[in-house]
Amino acid sequence: MKTYDMAELAVRNLRESILRNSLTTVGISVGVASLVAMLSLGIGLQQLAGRRLQKSGLFDTVVVTSRRDLRGFNREQEENGPAPAESPALNEDARQKIAQLPNVLEAYPDIRFITELHYADKPYLTMMAGLPFSAKNNDAFDGMQGSFFSSDTAPEVILQKSFAAQLLGKTPKAGSEEASVTDLAKPLLGKQLTMRYAERTATPSTSQAEASNSAGTAYSVISREVTLKIVGVCDLDPDSMRGQARARVFLPLKLAQNLHVMQPSDLRDSTNMAGGTPAFTTVEVHVKSPTQVQTVEDAIKKMGFNTFSIVDATRSLRQFFAVLDLFLGIFGSLALAVASIGIINTLVMAILERRREIGIMKAIGASDGDVKGLFFAEAGVMGVFGGIVGVALGWTIGRVINLGTNVYLKRQHFPPEQIWFVPWWLVLGAIGFAIVVSLLSGLYPASRAARLDPVQALRYE
Amino acid sequence: MPGESNLNGSMAIRTESLCRYYAMGEALIRAVDGISVQIASGEFVALLGTSGSGKSSLLNLIAGLDRPTSGTVVVQKSDLAKFSREELAKYRLHIVGMVFQSFNLIPSMTLLENVELPLRFAEVERGKREGLAKQALERVGLSARLRHRPTELSGGEQQRASLARALINQPQFLLADEPTGNLDSQTGTEIMNFIREFNETLGMTIIMVTHERALAERYASRMIFLADGKLIGDQSNAVAATGGPSRGGGL
Repeated sequence: MKTYDMAELAVRNLRESILRNSLTTVGISVGVASLVAMLSLGIGLQQLAGRRLQKSGLFDTVVVTSRRDLRGFNREQEENGPAPAESPALNEDARQKIAQLPNVLEAYPDIRFITELHYADKPYLTMMAGLPFSAKNNDAFDGMQGSFFSSDTAPEVILQKSFAAQLLGKTPKAGSEEASVTDLAKPLLGKQLTMRYAERTATPSTSQAEASNSAGTAYSVISREVTLKIVGVCDLDPDSMRGQARARVFLPLKLAQNLHVMQPSDLRDSTNMAGGTPAFTTVEVHVKSPTQVQTVEDAIKKMGFNTFSIVDATRSLRQFFAVLDLFLGIFGSLALAVASIGIINTLVMAILERRREIGIMKAIGASDGDVKGLFFAEAGVMGVFGGIVGVALGWTIGRVINLGTNVYLKRQHFPPEQIWFVPWWLVLGAIGFAIVVSLLSGLYPASRAARLDPVQALRYE
Repeated sequence: MPGESNLNGSMAIRTESLCRYYAMGEALIRAVDGISVQIASGEFVALLGTSGSGKSSLLNLIAGLDRPTSGTVVVQKSDLAKFSREELAKYRLHIVGMVFQSFNLIPSMTLLENVELPLRFAEVERGKREGLAKQALERVGLSARLRHRPTELSGGEQQRASLARALINQPQFLLADEPTGNLDSQTGTEIMNFIREFNETLGMTIIMVTHERALAERYASRMIFLADGKLIGDQSNAVAATGGPSRGGGL
């Protein structure tokens, strides 16, 4: 019999005992649904964790420093490596070279300085840092009130929550509850701050600069003022990695560069600066994926810089999720295993019921293969339907759980998350798996049906 | 004329010391016990005997539904005992057609689908199947009943449908197991007339199992008598050969 005929006959046979076969198919569906549900939960959680890590920028970042800054810190390096004076300067040229390395997304200088901010005629001394525009997606800004910088050069600032509280005179006291970002942001958003800072201008002439300079100045420092608009107040600390040096006010990186604010390293470097471009203390390099951090790091080291990165923590994370997925998959498969017993039962029952029919088919010329194929096809058809319905069911369960989780997260004032993810390969894989399991379940009943003795089968009433 | 074809026809089926034993608990049932018989192409043979005489078992052996315990069934020079299961299925599909006392139509299928089923097994092209099945049903006068299910039909109609199904792959032999056993005499006659027609016009060899001697005498050109699995009589039937009506007594 041709395969198409076999499938057609199988479908019509299944329709003959529609209730029983539907129930069996529902059994498969539930099995597939539980498998899909479990696995997509695992995948969703893995992606969530991966997204968090990616967004945190901890694991795809290489921090580059110049060897010149290491004088005295590491004797060995000093002896083996190039002399600090000969090692390359970490300036704009070097930054561009690093940015062009393969797998590098971006490389930007770290600009931070302590300066005085005036708000409501009161001075506040604080650490400020430039933020690249790409930081917009950093999860530190997830719960932010207001908006991110409108452009990379806009005269705007984002305040860290604690600084906002300080501006409003709401410094949290011990025991009292912390003010929420929303409350802090309301009176501050759109308001202006005045920043007083020291501008560094390259002046080759020896003028009387405010900065003390022993070896003849390569630049002068001028006191300046700039007005900045508060556009956002963020809940979390985007700069938490920095420890003591962490900034509490952020301004666009390009703006920070253009202001030429005097930086701590400038004093140190002034001796080496032969009228060239100013050097950066550190350059942060973002790599495309955490797995490529090592190669990028090596490439930068070859250029003569020091690098620092957190080792690839995603490897152990992936390992953890592989184990988790395995367990979830096993639990999900249990239901499918039960369903496969259902298929075997249904088909064995069908053989008993249709004994005579099998006998007739054999008498009029059906081969063992035809009979076997027919029962096999019936199992397969149940598998196909069960698989499709099961995936749909699993997907729906996932949506509902997602929805429920997000309602819960919203109540807890957390941003919504997708803890559920059904990739295409899972959809196709689950349907395929359902078919394979059904066919395997059909193997025994089908060969049993094929072996039936036609004489006895015909005698059977 | 069937009588003539009897004489001229080549040997179509030959059994030699054919035995079929069944173990029933500790007892051994000798359903067919050393039967040697030759049937020529185009003959209309009636296998007669009481129930349990082994006539149906013999028919099943000839039909390739069962395998002999010993002995051989040679159909057109090939020994069925040496056929693989696959080859036997092919033999049942193309060489023989079967009709049963209980019609044995598949209840979940319409008449058309029932008749079409052997064509599916024979992997006949989809487009041709329906036409062939309709033709076969038309031949037995059922063109108005194509979409009916067997249970919606009378016994006579069901048997006619099963005749159509037996014919669909143009077999050389029609094996009928008590084809009129479940029918009243009028419908039985109707069926028998169809069978005779197939024998005469299509030249099909007919082997019919029956316990009604009258029926055999009226239609068959040869009567083979069985008892306890053994052949006890074999006679040609002149009356049937002339096609004349005969209503003799039972065995």
